[in-house]
Amino acid sequence: MALAEQVSATDIARDAVDRPVLARQGHDTAQTITLIVENMNCGGCMRKIEQTLASTPGVQSARTNLSAKRVTVVANPDATDADQLIGRLRSVGYRAAELVDSIGTDAARPDRDLLKCVAVAGFAAANIMLLSVSVWAGVASDMDPAVQRLFHWLSALIALPAISYAGQPFFRSAAEALKSWRLNMDVPISLAVILAAAMSLYQTIQGGEQVYFDASVTLLFFLLIGRYLDQSMRRQAQGAAQNLLALKGAWVTTVDELGATNRIPVRALAAGMRVLVAAGERVPVDGRVVSGTSDIDESLLTGETLPRTAAPGEQVFAGTICLTHPLEIETTAADDKTVIAEIARLMEAAEQARGRYVRLADRAASIYAPAVHILGLLTFVGWSLSGAGWETAITAAIAVLIITCPCALALAVPAVQVAATSRLFADGTIMKVADGLERLAEIDTVVFDKTGTLTMGEPRLGNGGEVDDEALSSAASLAVSSRHPYARAIVAAAAERGLKILPVQDVHEEPGAGLRSGHGASQTRLGSPAWCGLLEESNEDASLWLTRPGMPAVGFAMEDKLRSDAGNVVHRLEDAGLAIELLSGDRTRPVAHIAQSAGIATWHARQRPSDKIARIDALTGRGHRVLMVGDGLNDAPALAAGHASLSPASAADISQMAADTIFQGDRLSPVVELLAVARRARRMAFENFAIAGAYNAICIPLAMAGLVTPLIAAIAMSASSILVTANALRLRTMAVRLSP
Amino acid sequence: MTALAWLIPAALFLGLIGLGAFLWALKSGQFEDLDGAAYRILDDDEPVVLNSKSDQDRDGR
Repeated sequence: MALAEQVSATDIARDAVDRPVLARQGHDTAQTITLIVENMNCGGCMRKIEQTLASTPGVQSARTNLSAKRVTVVANPDATDADQLIGRLRSVGYRAAELVDSIGTDAARPDRDLLKCVAVAGFAAANIMLLSVSVWAGVASDMDPAVQRLFHWLSALIALPAISYAGQPFFRSAAEALKSWRLNMDVPISLAVILAAAMSLYQTIQGGEQVYFDASVTLLFFLLIGRYLDQSMRRQAQGAAQNLLALKGAWVTTVDELGATNRIPVRALAAGMRVLVAAGERVPVDGRVVSGTSDIDESLLTGETLPRTAAPGEQVFAGTICLTHPLEIETTAADDKTVIAEIARLMEAAEQARGRYVRLADRAASIYAPAVHILGLLTFVGWSLSGAGWETAITAAIAVLIITCPCALALAVPAVQVAATSRLFADGTIMKVADGLERLAEIDTVVFDKTGTLTMGEPRLGNGGEVDDEALSSAASLAVSSRHPYARAIVAAAAERGLKILPVQDVHEEPGAGLRSGHGASQTRLGSPAWCGLLEESNEDASLWLTRPGMPAVGFAMEDKLRSDAGNVVHRLEDAGLAIELLSGDRTRPVAHIAQSAGIATWHARQRPSDKIARIDALTGRGHRVLMVGDGLNDAPALAAGHASLSPASAADISQMAADTIFQGDRLSPVVELLAVARRARRMAFENFAIAGAYNAICIPLAMAGLVTPLIAAIAMSASSILVTANALRLRTMAVRLSP
Repeated sequence: MTALAWLIPAALFLGLIGLGAFLWALKSGQFEDLDGAAYRILDDDEPVVLNSKSDQDRDGR
């Protein structure tokens, strides 16, 4: 699927692969496997994992990376494989999964390159400052002009290579923008740096005094720091999102004509291959059932809470869960008719629409950059016309460019983003895209999905008060041998009450019907009313019944429980002036029930993916900015269509890819926190614009009047950068509340 | 003033050593895992495990 490939293109390889020592050990036969270890948290874990893996036959080396929660293993593929390694880790208590497609890619490289630029610029800035300070001091204490020239030449010697290396990120981006006839903020940055350097070189050769290498290098150093912070935070978030996806497993068991089984990656599946799906596993691919009959949980696909029964010959869809019995599935061609392909198509279309969003900083830049260039030009022309020499004119113009140099845009907005993203990250909310926060800040309508989003996504016993302990414990004794969600709910309810569950022998499970044990008249049955032989139902809420010989039938009502804080979250969002809607693919009755108990007035049931998109488009058409919160496959297109989107970490893979943001945990409150932080971050970005604007309003006239030398300009600019960054960093710790 | 003739090169040289050390550290992957490195320094028997393991492997082949 095109989507999956997009994600793998942004793969993050925290690799020990490049390291020469390991490469030598692993030559010819060795293979590098990257595993994600979810619960690796401390130095003890690292050592245990490395020792466990290293003592596995065939493993040549194992190196953990605690920050990325990954371990890179170099192993002989004949002796061991990823599954065995994962098994070994499981036996010592670590949940691991293989990261597919990470081998060979190295997305950490841009990060490292930027850090190199920061280091070079920092080195150059410090040393040039050393020389510059001497020169300034020399003005007061009669420095020998020859020594002054020597110092200027030394500065040039340090600055020119440093600028040509460390300035590249800006030069490249500026060149790209100019090539497509646009202006971005890197154009004035590049212009200021290059002009200042060229002008200083000229002055140095002429033996003049207007030498400003220090200004241009210091400017580069500060701007590079901002860019590095921005980029590394985003990479960290992407890595975390990728880990979440990989932990859900990307391997399937296939079976060939001879009955031999193979483990292969999902993406290696081709039409016609037969796949084994164990009870409790997720169906990996669209296909037709060849053998076996099982209940299928399609809630991720349709939002429907009740499982469907799939028999041989019937179609099953990727993303659904095989509940009760193992199935053998023949993969059908991934043509455009499958549900998944349809959803992927809808999603792509919706994503294109969102691609038109222009980031705050870029919007500001589109006004700011031309203004800066015009002011610089005006200064140059003005001074030239007034009869001053061209050196004076160009010095004043450079000072204007440096003064206006967009630190507010190049540093302050990223600083706010980094502070906000890292704060959310610490709370378990992962921001996947760069402009997510800005879009979240504009939200005025929140659309929730029901199953798995507002609710926990799994049924619970609803009428526990009406069922006595004895009935519940005998139901649980039967239910314990099934994976059906209703059966699990019964077991969970029994366990909650502290009842003893004695597993019954010879339990037979009939897919789509129920469970029975015993024979003839002494049978105990648990299942649908028809299965239990009940014609008239006394309790129409009950969907599961227990019949025992010589006892009245007991009905169990099942409900999908709301997340514990769902009502509270809805209330808080409404208080903040947000409109709330519920769109679900489920039947009308359960949706109405959930909407009522969560306090949502506007709800729509039986929504297909295209209906959800239509609803969101209608809201957008009326000028609303919609946040879509959903988890199912059927929500994926809607997630892509919303102005912003949010998924729980339990969501389907495709939904997590579509969503801007992923939140972890059982509670819904991250939605409120996220919106509050996003709005606060937006306010801070504007505060920073205001700080920078005030500084520009004071300094630009002075610079145009020629009263500010480029050096003073650079110092003033750095001071304002530090001010706006400090302002942004407050966001890390400050308390935020969502208010209208 | 003659002191400058060697003081400036010395200062630059020292600075370059620092820069070189940082770039070397970056290249050799010391910034790959900032959290893990803090623990790794306390773990003194790890290289032994890895080396003996790969030695065994090589002997076995």
